[in-house]
Amino acid sequence: MTIDYTIFLISAAVAVFGATMMIMQRNPVASVLYLIVSLVAQAVVYVQLGAIFMGAILIVVYAGAILVLFLFVIMLLNLRANPELSAGMPTLSWFTRTAVPVLLIVELYFVIDRVMLPSAPTGMLGEVEDNFGAVHDVAIKMFTDYLYPMQLTGVLLLVAVVGAVVIARRETAEPRKTAVNPGDKAEKPSNTVAG
Amino acid sequence: MVPIHAFLLLAVILFGIGAFGVLISRNIIVMFMSVELMLNAANMVLIAFSRALGIVDGHVFVFLVLSVAAAEAAVGLAMIITIYRNRETINIDRYNLLKW
Repeated sequence: MTIDYTIFLISAAVAVFGATMMIMQRNPVASVLYLIVSLVAQAVVYVQLGAIFMGAILIVVYAGAILVLFLFVIMLLNLRANPELSAGMPTLSWFTRTAVPVLLIVELYFVIDRVMLPSAPTGMLGEVEDNFGAVHDVAIKMFTDYLYPMQLTGVLLLVAVVGAVVIARRETAEPRKTAVNPGDKAEKPSNTVAG
Repeated sequence: MVPIHAFLLLAVILFGIGAFGVLISRNIIVMFMSVELMLNAANMVLIAFSRALGIVDGHVFVFLVLSVAAAEAAVGLAMIITIYRNRETINIDRYNLLKW
């Protein structure tokens, strides 16, 4: 067994373990931390596939930004381990909940097993040049062939930020205005009376 | 060297765990994280085939998927906060206003 294969097996095992523990936890904070474990292991697999830049992006953007956003929301909502969330009131039967993912895995594996690409034999991965997947190559592709998708991604992020602010905003601006203004008017006469 | 089937099998297993998490969990935040896990499994397939074909186009698609995941997380968490303000719970069985 080569060193490559050993590294792959270890990181794959950690990724699957983290993902499994993530869906089994009652405490959402523990779920987020297990997902971070899984993502770091997946980043190792990315690097092993030559995607050095994408592995770094996965850690920085996913584990560093998106999951911290999840943690912030969990802290903001002040969530704790809740027994109500893990027992009772099944909307789907246990059989359905188990059978659907198992069938999905089997089906997807058969699809992948049968897929034929002309230039990608399904055997061992061949050698690639040393700087495959480094920032240079990816950036050249990104800003020449895929320039317009990248620009649209920027627009998408802008819309998402504005949308998130609009959705999460509290609708208290208007009632407070109407409530505060009469109060000011009511206060002024009392002040003049006292003076 | 590792065969490409090993990477694809890992991606399929992660996708299945994500689907399982969406189906079994009642915590809407865990459901949301399971969806992110499924997105990551798709990314792994893109990167594996990109490596097998020796071209970096797949990495660009992974970058776009990551941006979409970030946007989705921002909007989705904002919606979770708004729903939590109304319903005082993150149990999805209680989110039944649209049910008739």
